[in-house]
Amino acid sequence: MNRKIVGWIIWALVLSGIVLGVAIFSLSVGAAGIPVKKIFYLIFKGRGTTEYSILFDIRLPRIILGLAIGAALSLTGVILQGMFRNPLVEPYTLGISGGAALGVCLNIVLRLHRTFGILTLPVFGFAGAIAVILIVYSLSIRKGILKIQGLLLCGVMISFICSSLIMLIMAVSHTEDLHGIVFWIMGSLEEPSWFLIKTALLVAILGLIVSYLFCIDLNALGLGEEEALHLGINIERTKRVLFIIASLLTGFSVSVAGIIGFVGLVIPHFVRMFVGWDHRILLIASFLAGGAFLIFCDTVARTIISPLELPVGVITGIVGGSLFVYALSKRNIL
Amino acid sequence: MLEICNLTSGYDSKFFLKDINLKVEGKDFVGVIGPNGSGKTTLLRAITKIIKPHKGEILFEKENLEKLSFKEVAKKIAVVSQAREIELKMSVEEFVLLGRIPHRRKWQFLETISDEKIAEEAMVSTDTLKFKDRFVETLSAGERQLVFIARALTQQPKLFLLDEPTSHLDIAHQIKILDLIKRLNKEVDLTVIIVLHDLNLAGEYCDKIILMNNGCIYKTGLPVEVLTYQIIEEVYKTVVVVKENPISAKPHVFLVPNETGLK
Repeated sequence: MNRKIVGWIIWALVLSGIVLGVAIFSLSVGAAGIPVKKIFYLIFKGRGTTEYSILFDIRLPRIILGLAIGAALSLTGVILQGMFRNPLVEPYTLGISGGAALGVCLNIVLRLHRTFGILTLPVFGFAGAIAVILIVYSLSIRKGILKIQGLLLCGVMISFICSSLIMLIMAVSHTEDLHGIVFWIMGSLEEPSWFLIKTALLVAILGLIVSYLFCIDLNALGLGEEEALHLGINIERTKRVLFIIASLLTGFSVSVAGIIGFVGLVIPHFVRMFVGWDHRILLIASFLAGGAFLIFCDTVARTIISPLELPVGVITGIVGGSLFVYALSKRNIL
Repeated sequence: MLEICNLTSGYDSKFFLKDINLKVEGKDFVGVIGPNGSGKTTLLRAITKIIKPHKGEILFEKENLEKLSFKEVAKKIAVVSQAREIELKMSVEEFVLLGRIPHRRKWQFLETISDEKIAEEAMVSTDTLKFKDRFVETLSAGERQLVFIARALTQQPKLFLLDEPTSHLDIAHQIKILDLIKRLNKEVDLTVIIVLHDLNLAGEYCDKIILMNNGCIYKTGLPVEVLTYQIIEEVYKTVVVVKENPISAKPHVFLVPNETGLK
């Protein structure tokens, strides 16, 4: 058994190393390539040069945001897949992203962000997410019991309703707003507000801590709700807390970075192939791997056709999807 | 040990269990039999608090189950249901260790050495130690059922609830599993309540039999008192003949196909 714990520690260290490596790589590449050696020199030298501000005012914020959003999304994926015992569930299945997108679209069309400042965009997104969470939650709770399948169906339906409403808004809106909406929906890690970036990182870390308190419950839930109950898990409380954590993480991620698909679906599966089913390591490993993956994809997105920039969702889909299909064909593990 | 008083309970508004009164003493080996849909599994669900009593109460060692948390119940009562497939890539040892979950302290994430020892003992007594590193999904149905029993033993319960642990198994595994449960019942003073479909297995192994019909207890008593052809024909609406097993002197129920009955 000690062998198992040593294995877990090694995985955590390796993945932390990968996060760090990807972050340094991402710092060094870009329109102005800065060699790794010079990065350390610049850190040592401190503020003042143009290169310093490229590194720490432009690239570093994106890296931190990438880490936070990628980690939050893949953590949510692990929680939801564990809770629903369904490998196809991902953060966007529950309709929360739809709600957030609808909120942001309304804001753009009503031009509220021009009058009240750019920060109203994430605020509206988050409000939309919360609204959907409340609707889905209250529709699928019956006599104090959270019906897991109901939650899923309800979420998918609300997701469809939201996307139809967004299309309606897009159909009747002006071209310039349309551009803003499409750009936002495609998702991007470009975020000027340091405050939001720091908050995103804090939210992701809090999400990890709180969900880690339920790692044993998640392990038991893997056997099915009734079996978990026989093992003394208060499943109603667990399901409720996990649903709320997952919803808040998704809502926050979507309202800050838009809809970046695939991270929450692919990373949990991928990590599970390597570290196994046990949520005591799975949560931490997915957190780190999701962060590293998104930082990497964002780096590719902003450098591959530089000076132009691709939407990061395009890269996460292509890279994540093909890696996953490859791994699936190599190892018959899900 | 377990006392059920005037219990009426069920799912949503439909009442499945009506006015159940039952007393199980420590070290009893009690079989629950009855036709499909007679409320056997529902009775077990009520004892594990999955469904709430609408009327009446269930006392475990004089304590009302309603007042105990799920965790406290899981320390005293372990459930072995029909061993399903486990979708997770979980080794037998990891699976058995899940039985220690109810004994965890609040901030404990890792198993202690004593947890591992208890799990190992459970695997030894169920004869499953030899495949502790294999994945649960690679086991045969009989082996899997033994592993489920090992997990329940790891909970160190006082009461064992088993829901048809021998259905879908060959006769060798049926006997192996019931012998094992009987041995645990004798050696570690485990009280057993077991739902069985096979009347003859119930007759052979149980000290006391509860026959359920339409959500009520139809009759309780020794195997010879319950397994008579009048009672079986009345409840199951099937023609049977009951004879004595020449070796064990326990009642044995023979089925009579319709054609033979007509001749």
